Amino acid sequence: MAQSIAKEFTKGLWAELPPFRLVLGLCPVLAVTQSVENGIGMGLATTFVLICSNFLVSLLRNIIPAKVRIACYIVIIATFVTIVELLMQAFVYELFLKLGIFIPLIVVNCIVLGRAEAFAGKNAPHMAIADGLGMGIGFTLSLGALGAVRESLGAGTILGTPLFGPDFQPFTFMVQAPGAFVCLGLMLCLMNLIGKK
Amino acid sequence: MREMISMVVVLTVLSAFSGGLLATVRSNTQDRIENQVLKFEKAPAIKAILSDVSNDPLQDRFKLTTDGIENTFFVGKQDGKAASVAFETKGKGFEGAIGLMVGIDLETDTVIGVRVTTHSETPGVGSRAKDDPSFASQFEGQSLENGFSVKSDGGAIDAMSGATITSKGVCLAATKAQELYTKLKPEINNQITNLAN
Repeated sequence: MAQSIAKEFTKGLWAELPPFRLVLGLCPVLAVTQSVENGIGMGLATTFVLICSNFLVSLLRNIIPAKVRIACYIVIIATFVTIVELLMQAFVYELFLKLGIFIPLIVVNCIVLGRAEAFAGKNAPHMAIADGLGMGIGFTLSLGALGAVRESLGAGTILGTPLFGPDFQPFTFMVQAPGAFVCLGLMLCLMNLIGKK
Repeated sequence: MREMISMVVVLTVLSAFSGGLLATVRSNTQDRIENQVLKFEKAPAIKAILSDVSNDPLQDRFKLTTDGIENTFFVGKQDGKAASVAFETKGKGFEGAIGLMVGIDLETDTVIGVRVTTHSETPGVGSRAKDDPSFASQFEGQSLENGFSVKSDGGAIDAMSGATITSKGVCLAATKAQELYTKLKPEINNQITNLAN
């Protein structure tokens, strides 16, 4: 029992790491990872939605009729996304301004709906929470890592503190949109190389 | 038939529950969100306009409702006496609403200064209304007897080149501020007297 919970939790951290292994939810991955702070903030918001929606979907899995399950999932997910949006406005307004439109867009993030459909709709609540937590942390770490690479090369800082001397010329390409694709591609490549061994 | 009913019932109950939850969260975060918006979006504009006051205009504020629209007024004091008031109006720009904070001298009924707060104008073109002080400074010291309009419309304001619509939007917001102030002046004075006590 405890073993299988651990398994559901850890699969999100490596074997099914959302952006790099499942290659899902790339919109926020590409759009908000100009800095570590934005990446982790976005990741945590998504994690909260994932855990809550997974739990509720799993709890209601025997009540929700199969034909309207997607509609029900969307209602549940949209509710939690709106809650996150309100809470972020109330407590971390600066981060909310930076992430902007990408917070409401968590509704259509395919990781959230994907986990509800593929996992939470078929498994018990405690398993669904473990799954949501694992996927969420994996997603947060991926965004943080991508943000760290892009921020350090593109702006020469990590979490706003300068890394290199004053002579450092920021490689601004990395914090712009094309840099996101290049960086994601290189990280996918790296992940595949490591995974091969 | 039974399936049909269960589909309708489940979706309805779920949506109603979600609505109730969101209403609760919203009513609990509303005040905090309002404060955050004040702090991050309006405070810089208010501080810039009412620069030589001895109080904190963010604290000394009151609300008045006209035609179903609620406006917040921020009072600036000098030597313990109310000297100026600032409030926000909206004008229609090139890409949507432009928020304009307008500061007015209570004694002379002239504009102390204006600052664009929120906008979604084209970066580098219409956004100069906010970033380039030379446009907004044209409003300083203007009397409130007439409205404001750009020179091509027979007014006194030089439009920003390439951003005529934005310039007109700002003038429209300033004109609305003038109308609002003229209309509400007795009430504003009343509120200020109350505030002092």
